[in-house]
Amino acid sequence: MSVTDIQLQEGLTHHNEHHDQNFISKYIFSTDHKTIAKQFLITGIFWALIGGALSLIFRLQLGFPEMNLEWLRPLLGQWITESGKLDAEFYLALVTMHGTIMVFFVLTAGLSGTFSNFLIPLQIGARDMASGFMNMLSYWFFFASSVVMFISLFIETGPAAGGWTVYPPLSALPQAIQGSGLGMTLWLVSMALFIASTLLGGINYITTVINMRTNGMSFSRLPLTIWAFFITAILGLLSFPVLLSAALLLIFDRSFGTSFYLSEIFIAGEALPNIGGSPILYQHLFWFLGHPEVYIVLLPALGITSEIIATNSRKPIFGYKAMIGSMLGIGFLSFIVWAHHMFVTGMNPFLGSVFTILTLVIAVPSAIKAFNYITTLWKGNIVFTPAMLFSIGLVSFFISGGLTGIFLGNSVLDINLHDTYFVVAHFHLVMGSASFFGLLAGVYHWFPKMFGRMMDDRLGKIHFWLSFVGIYLVFFPLHYIGIAGFPRRYYSFTSFETFNIYTDLNALVSVAAILTFAAQFIFLFNFFYSIFRGKLAPTNPWKSNTLEWTTPRNPGHGNWPGTIPSVYRWPYDYSKPGAKDDFIPQTVPYSHTPESNLEYEKEIAGNENITGVEKMDA
Amino acid sequence: MTGQVDATQRVRSMHPQKFAMWLFLVSVVMIFISLSSAYIVKKGVGDWEYIKFPPLFQVTTVLIILSSVMMHFAYISAKRNNIKHIRIGLIATALLAIAFVVGQYMAWIQLVDAGHFFVGNPSGSFIYVFTGLHVIHLFGALVFLFIVLGKAFKYEVHSKSMVRIEMCTTFWHFLGGLWLYLYLFLIFNN
Repeated sequence: MSVTDIQLQEGLTHHNEHHDQNFISKYIFSTDHKTIAKQFLITGIFWALIGGALSLIFRLQLGFPEMNLEWLRPLLGQWITESGKLDAEFYLALVTMHGTIMVFFVLTAGLSGTFSNFLIPLQIGARDMASGFMNMLSYWFFFASSVVMFISLFIETGPAAGGWTVYPPLSALPQAIQGSGLGMTLWLVSMALFIASTLLGGINYITTVINMRTNGMSFSRLPLTIWAFFITAILGLLSFPVLLSAALLLIFDRSFGTSFYLSEIFIAGEALPNIGGSPILYQHLFWFLGHPEVYIVLLPALGITSEIIATNSRKPIFGYKAMIGSMLGIGFLSFIVWAHHMFVTGMNPFLGSVFTILTLVIAVPSAIKAFNYITTLWKGNIVFTPAMLFSIGLVSFFISGGLTGIFLGNSVLDINLHDTYFVVAHFHLVMGSASFFGLLAGVYHWFPKMFGRMMDDRLGKIHFWLSFVGIYLVFFPLHYIGIAGFPRRYYSFTSFETFNIYTDLNALVSVAAILTFAAQFIFLFNFFYSIFRGKLAPTNPWKSNTLEWTTPRNPGHGNWPGTIPSVYRWPYDYSKPGAKDDFIPQTVPYSHTPESNLEYEKEIAGNENITGVEKMDA
Repeated sequence: MTGQVDATQRVRSMHPQKFAMWLFLVSVVMIFISLSSAYIVKKGVGDWEYIKFPPLFQVTTVLIILSSVMMHFAYISAKRNNIKHIRIGLIATALLAIAFVVGQYMAWIQLVDAGHFFVGNPSGSFIYVFTGLHVIHLFGALVFLFIVLGKAFKYEVHSKSMVRIEMCTTFWHFLGGLWLYLYLFLIFNN
């Protein structure tokens, strides 16, 4: 590995020079990280709507099993049976697609893709990503993957229906269910494209963070958002190739007749020729991705809220290094706990205990994070912007969903609770809703930088309260249903006498789900209306310290006119004793703030080089 | 705005493209690690067939090592600005690589003759997956090699312009090493 002294982006220093771009190169095949971020965001919103709508359809079935769904026929066609009921196999397809869309397309691409792209160059002080072309390619792979998945919704045999984890042999045998035919093939193609997109993006994020920070932006001065995106990208780089291997072997089993996952299967009394495979093998490979994936979804949201909570509490983040350490800890641990998804696969109980202990250890860094959020809020001058409300909501979900994780991590309890609605409640709170709130918090907070306008504050707050209450109404009752023994992915519970007492509760959950979904249209209106008609944003609307607020209202392709600002301090100097304002941006040198410098900072102030000419040992 | 050089922009670290290349190699490593562990797990489950390895693998192993040597020869020649030797080195590398691919294909034929098919016991299927994936990566490296070769004929590869050939050499040695690893892994875990 040679070390070279290079000159980057010389061509980009012509910031404000008039350079004409046609519509296509500016908005479609753009290599500007800000445009690509918006493309990810809009596509993510599109998928969130579809994923949410799918969940409403199966919630109708679960909450109101007697309901006549004839009115959905124009949309679903033959998936509504003669008697006006939802087709039972299509129900499975609905839950499968809801999971796939939400986990991968909304909370991985929509969240990481949007904010890693948008914030990394802006917050570390770079003109663009390390490779704009690779970045563009990353979006268009995602787009192609989206198109394939979207098409699979409309084919005659229906989309994949084996659950979002697509376990073989169900997913490997087209004769098993309709969804394992063409729908499953398209699912695999789409995911292969998606993995390519994630890897292209991730390689870019890591390279950019390591190689393209501006002067003075040491790792100990990085905003926590960047730390989170950085660790997320590393997790993705290490885990998505494993999913690719798993998918590849599944493709071979499905299309070429190999037996990696298949052995001794009889269908309709006839033995299949496949001998020697093991379906558990797929689960090992899948969950080696699957568990880090949980944190790929969650960490960016935690990074975003760290930033927002510190800014809007007007206080330095509590335990900056502990925050980084806990994210690294979570990232590391996420690779050695995968088998807690597999306690009921007949694994050696001793091995189960090992994975139980490792899983419970994750509670430590998670608790550190929750503690730090609360202590940052403690006695802060809290400003309740919509972004702040969503961040606090995330902390709430993170805690209440995380607690049930301690139950599920125990192999003893998990054997009982496995594949019940308890699990559904757990991960929808801690990973689904928490990450979704992180996404929304990020949009509210950085909307002024993305579009140069403000979103409406009051609509944002209404959106928050409806979503927050709605989500708890949806997912809290599911814990009880789960403890009572409802298995997930069942089409109907009406034929089980025991479960009848929960009919009302299920109806409540469904009504709450519909209302929560409806509340998201307030956000959609606010979002699109504000893009065109919102109030013009000031350059630093939240009085924040990080670099993106030093750019013009609508940053051009190159982000800063003239030179890139240098960085002299960490990003959390809020309400520093003695300082004039309650915030000191990262670009202010210590030598300009003698009134608020601490002892050791006075020393740094003496050695500061603010001429812009770089020292060799800086 | 003048087109002046942005003094604060100087970054003293690894070339971003080279760095991205290493990250790409990490993701390739993860694919093969996961397949290796799948192999070991599957073998532990039992119902495992003993494989008779085609003798041709020994020949192809020599071929890929030779191609790595030639690649390095081209790289050193580039450092020394010996344009002619760069071209000879790169062409020899490409020819050896093509011979390697043909050799792998013929090894597959030997495998089939020995009764190990792609479809059948996973112990045999895995060998096709390992070798096939390796060759696919080698095709990618070959495309890269031809790009560098094209540049070499335009006098664009020399001691002041080393990034491309450095990256290509890295990738090439990586694939050579990967094959050695796979071969030894398969032999020792048979």
